[in-house]
Amino acid sequence: MASFVAFLAQVMALCRKELLALLKEPSSRAILFVPALMQSLLFGYAATYDINHVSYAVLDQSRGAASTALLTRLDGTGVFERTRTLTSSRQIAQVIDDNDALMVLSIPSDFENKLSAGQPSPLQVILDGRNSTTAGTAGAYISSIVASYNQSNGYASGGITVERRAWFNPNLEARWNIMPALIAALSMLQTLLIAALSVAREREQGTFDQLLVTPMTPIQILIGKALPAIMVGLVQSTLIFLIIRFWFQIPLVGSVWLLYLGLFTFTGASVGIGLSISALSLTMQQAMLYTFFLIMPLMLLSGLLTPVRNMPAALQVATYVNPLRFGMSIVRRVYLEGAGLSDVATDFIPLLVIAALTLPLAAWLFRHRLS
Amino acid sequence: MSVGDVTVVAKGLRKVFAGPGGKPVRALDGVSLSIRPGELTALVGPDGAGKTTLLRMLVGILAPDEGELQVLGMDATRDAQRIQDRISYMPQRFGLYEDLSVEENLNLYADLHGVDPQQRRQRFDRLLAMTDLARFTHRPAGKLSGGMKQKLGLACTLVRSPDLLVLDEPSVGVDPLSRRDLWKIVQQLVDDEQLSVIVSTAYMDEAERCAQVFVMHQGKVLAEGTPSALRERARGLTGIVSPPLDTPARDLQAKLIDASDLIIDAVPSGGNVRFIRQPEADKTALSKLFDGLSPTDRPEELEDAFMMLLRQHHVEDAPPAATPEVHQGQRERASNDDKPVIVVRDLVRKFGDFTAVASTSFDVRRGEIFGLLGPNGAGKTTTFRMLCGLLPASGGHLEVAGLDLRTARAQARGRVGYVSQKFALYGNLSVQENLQFFGGAYGLRGDALRARIRAVQTQFQLDADAVSGDMPGGYKQRLAMAAGLLHEPDILFLDEPTSGIDPLARRSFWRTITALVKEGVTVVITTHFMEEAEYCDRIAIQDAGRVLALGTPKAVREQAGAEHGVDMNSAFIAIVEQARAKGHEAGAEKVA
Amino acid sequence: MSQSGFAQRMAALIRKEVRQMVRDRSNLAVGLLLPIALILLFGYGLSLDVEHAPIAVVMGDTSPPARDVYAAFQGTPYLDPHWAGSMQDAERRMLAGDLDAIVRVPPNFSRRVASGDARVQLLLNGIDSTTATSVEGYVSGAMATQGLKMADRTGSAPAGGGVVVQQRMWFNEAGISTWYLVPGLLVLIMTLTGAFLTSLLIAREWERGTLESLFVTPVRPLELVLSKLVPYVVIGLIDLAMCLVAARWMFEVPIRGSLIVIVIASFLYLVVSLTMGLFISGVTRNQFQASQMALLTSFMPAMMLSGFVFDLRNMPTVVRGISEVLPATHFMNLIKTLFLAGNNASLVLRECAILALYAVVLIFAARRTLRKTLDR
Repeated sequence: MASFVAFLAQVMALCRKELLALLKEPSSRAILFVPALMQSLLFGYAATYDINHVSYAVLDQSRGAASTALLTRLDGTGVFERTRTLTSSRQIAQVIDDNDALMVLSIPSDFENKLSAGQPSPLQVILDGRNSTTAGTAGAYISSIVASYNQSNGYASGGITVERRAWFNPNLEARWNIMPALIAALSMLQTLLIAALSVAREREQGTFDQLLVTPMTPIQILIGKALPAIMVGLVQSTLIFLIIRFWFQIPLVGSVWLLYLGLFTFTGASVGIGLSISALSLTMQQAMLYTFFLIMPLMLLSGLLTPVRNMPAALQVATYVNPLRFGMSIVRRVYLEGAGLSDVATDFIPLLVIAALTLPLAAWLFRHRLS
Repeated sequence: MSVGDVTVVAKGLRKVFAGPGGKPVRALDGVSLSIRPGELTALVGPDGAGKTTLLRMLVGILAPDEGELQVLGMDATRDAQRIQDRISYMPQRFGLYEDLSVEENLNLYADLHGVDPQQRRQRFDRLLAMTDLARFTHRPAGKLSGGMKQKLGLACTLVRSPDLLVLDEPSVGVDPLSRRDLWKIVQQLVDDEQLSVIVSTAYMDEAERCAQVFVMHQGKVLAEGTPSALRERARGLTGIVSPPLDTPARDLQAKLIDASDLIIDAVPSGGNVRFIRQPEADKTALSKLFDGLSPTDRPEELEDAFMMLLRQHHVEDAPPAATPEVHQGQRERASNDDKPVIVVRDLVRKFGDFTAVASTSFDVRRGEIFGLLGPNGAGKTTTFRMLCGLLPASGGHLEVAGLDLRTARAQARGRVGYVSQKFALYGNLSVQENLQFFGGAYGLRGDALRARIRAVQTQFQLDADAVSGDMPGGYKQRLAMAAGLLHEPDILFLDEPTSGIDPLARRSFWRTITALVKEGVTVVITTHFMEEAEYCDRIAIQDAGRVLALGTPKAVREQAGAEHGVDMNSAFIAIVEQARAKGHEAGAEKVA
Repeated sequence: MSQSGFAQRMAALIRKEVRQMVRDRSNLAVGLLLPIALILLFGYGLSLDVEHAPIAVVMGDTSPPARDVYAAFQGTPYLDPHWAGSMQDAERRMLAGDLDAIVRVPPNFSRRVASGDARVQLLLNGIDSTTATSVEGYVSGAMATQGLKMADRTGSAPAGGGVVVQQRMWFNEAGISTWYLVPGLLVLIMTLTGAFLTSLLIAREWERGTLESLFVTPVRPLELVLSKLVPYVVIGLIDLAMCLVAARWMFEVPIRGSLIVIVIASFLYLVVSLTMGLFISGVTRNQFQASQMALLTSFMPAMMLSGFVFDLRNMPTVVRGISEVLPATHFMNLIKTLFLAGNNASLVLRECAILALYAVVLIFAARRTLRKTLDR
């Protein structure tokens, strides 16, 4: 027992020193926490595929009651805003090219006649495909408005109505799906870097030898180095979590404890990777560049922006060594679905395996990496 | 030059930095001086005297808060670039690009100074020959030893003949041989090209070579003049005394230096003790202090005058020769004192085909001060790193307190203290925080930790709130020592603990060491100050990985032969050069 | 100091930077390997287009019209329909994350088809809203086609008049997300190599003390900045070439604008992003802080705020304003237009002018951080 207390006391001394080195200067403190706060706010607003503002231009060659009624319906949604009224089809290209409008509605002169004759009456929609996702969504929106226009005017033609309901995210807002993922993703960036620089910095400044001649064991050094990085990561996660929960008001369905258990395991695995990089690097520059090299694929292969299932099979296999994929999955599912431990247990396994491999590797490298 | 007879004129220079806790630190406090062209000028003074600040102002990279500074007839702030086009500067830590080779570094600076490619070859050949770096032109600068780096730094600053050469402590961490070479280069340039040189230094023998010396202290110029004029101050006060038989000279030195009201300074030398007495020292009290020994007079030196000046102005800083607390009871002294605590047998370390340490053997006994001397790159640091368990040996056997620290249980390391060459401290943490960490890492906690921190803080006179990265070298060294001693180790490894430290701080450092050894602590130390070898019980001289001499300082001096054995510096140079000459012969024979 | 002094110093400094860059493998890893890895990842790994989305079909009715619903889903490559025995079974599979949606055909389906009021229920897994939205579109589309077919067959409803939407998507007819992701990738790569490679350069020289020696030579601050840019601009141009080759021949993304304009615009942006890294480095004078800043100011903003995947038009005004400040946003707009829409003189000139302005301002800001003084 006494030896355990002594063990802990030594670890605590190192933790304290690491935290002081990280947090002592106001500029370092700011760089660890202010960006997390700002980014989660900014990205919360930025991260959306949901269109809420579509600028459009109209070339109305029929100028009849029907076209006016259709356009009024469009403007009534509050999403579509008419920025230009065109007089000639030659102007269409200009408007799209210059980003003056996302789409152009072109209403032919026989629009009204065909409609009253009970014939199909075409409405041309030209979309700016430079961002095909936005364009597609806007196009679908137009179609649904036209469909309801047809229906309410008795032009409707039978068919099958689809009644949609969505689980976990009733309005299918992209923010709901991206923000919880950011709890894991944003904090990983800096945590990984802190861990990766921690040993490399001491090597570069010559203090690591001094640390190695103390009676601390590699395990103690490992814990003392890992815990502060994990703590910084968890504090960042908490900041983002609070913003999501209380600023963006996305309800937490699952248990906070499970959420944090998941985050702790995930951060532990990331720190393991970071410390291994650190123990391998001779200079801070190497540590930083190798970290950057890793961060990009980790982010892209996590399912943050594009679903893992859309990836080719070989890449899907590669994602098994990516802690972010599983960390994000745990957070998303606990947060939005209210998943229990048994539901997400399979996500914990890869994280634990990664931690169990990288942390001891780092500890071994402390003493065996020759300079 | 427009002004003709002055290179530098300073009037009332002031510079204040923000110290720990926002306290302002006056780095320069009204400095006025003028420096003549075509000669060597030295700046000497303890750490924190403002030497580096002054030099940085001279070269235009630091602006004075107040005062006027003219360099080569131009204003140092307004015309900084025009000054920088004409001078050369070697900062304390010369910025060599470690991933570039020796030649690439030289070429870079030659190009920056606009040296003509035709003249360059000749100049390089001369510089490489003078610095003895010709063999290493393709080696990356990062792989050179400390002394070689320093010489390369000097070579880089001398790629062309500047109108003014500014050197900030060029010989810190440089062995006596390289130091001699370095000064040869500078002297040659002064003689051949009437170079104006300003150099700051901690070595008084270097200041003695200069035409003009400025003694600085706490941002002020205390004294200036030729070395001989300054020496006058110590006239009639200097003496030398032999210790009684079977008493180490360092014990007598300790006794003398502790009697600070009678003795200004004392230092062991060639088995005797050199001292300076207080001018108003009472005769009877003095003879009581010497207790039957018969001191004789000796000619005064610049160092004597320097020590006198500093002691007079240093009173307010409390006793420099810190008397460590004696806690005899705490440390058990083993009964079998003769058994060696450190055993090294046929130790070998290779890096690729390069042999850093070649079959080295020695023992260190308990309570001994063992000095490891040698030129830069001799393998001292490698030996040290192996002893401390930071590096595995390629062959041979080593034991520290009966164990190999590399494989020993962690607790064994708790009996060892280690102060590394660069004073490895956490630069952004305060003194207090550094001590708390190292204490904690050595397993101290609670009241015991607090008590020890208090003890070392008083012992080394450390300001708890000072940020360690901002402290001058001497303070860093004290903090590193304090950190290494927190856990009261039985064995202390000190790698160049006195490099870059002023004489005053060195005295106080050695006073601490001698007190520790009296308590039974074993000390292994490397140093480039050869006179410090006199504090050791035994020394080993290492070169190219091999031990060239091993024994008491007296025995080693005798080994060097009668004409070289007068002081340790010449003895050291003689032994290394003899061995190198023999090595060349052997090599030549092999080729033949 | 003459012109030749400048040329000699520049040559020497550039030589030095190139040597330092080449001798540390980590530089080349990030400068050249990372772009290749990203190109491959983007080309083959990332797609916003959902294909073969697994859905379950729960049949409350086994009549032929109901079975035709299942058949309708089989006809599209976007959906991968499975039979589900019961609603409970389907819900359990969706909870386990195996399904993107459940389509429930109600018991009275065939009767309601006859009366012209057929309905199916769609239950979406909202965990991934992007996929869910796409799936909803595919399901609705399949049902609309099926509805028409049934109407034809039964002849129950009159062949419809009404407004028919004819959509045309310009620049990207098929709406392939790779087409706008790959030009975006170019922006991302230029941003990353810029910020990552240069953000330590000055900080490292401060920490290692090499600047103090360099300051007291005839070297001018601007020369230091320019010499640090040149080698990395070369790396960036190599990356640019790789991206263009990959875009054209690997991913077959059209390059409709002029190649020269693309290269000029990329060069401008490269200078902006490299100088941004240098500026960060010079301001922090500390490798730890510089690396954190570089990471924070480059990667995430370029990915989230530049209009790379998330359309700026959907963002609130304030956030949009912030993204307009980022040079990456302007380059993104420029490069997407140049790739997909072609040359558009007014837009190209405007955005290039903005980038050039950023470049000049940043170069002078970076130069300021290298003012020859140790005073802060």
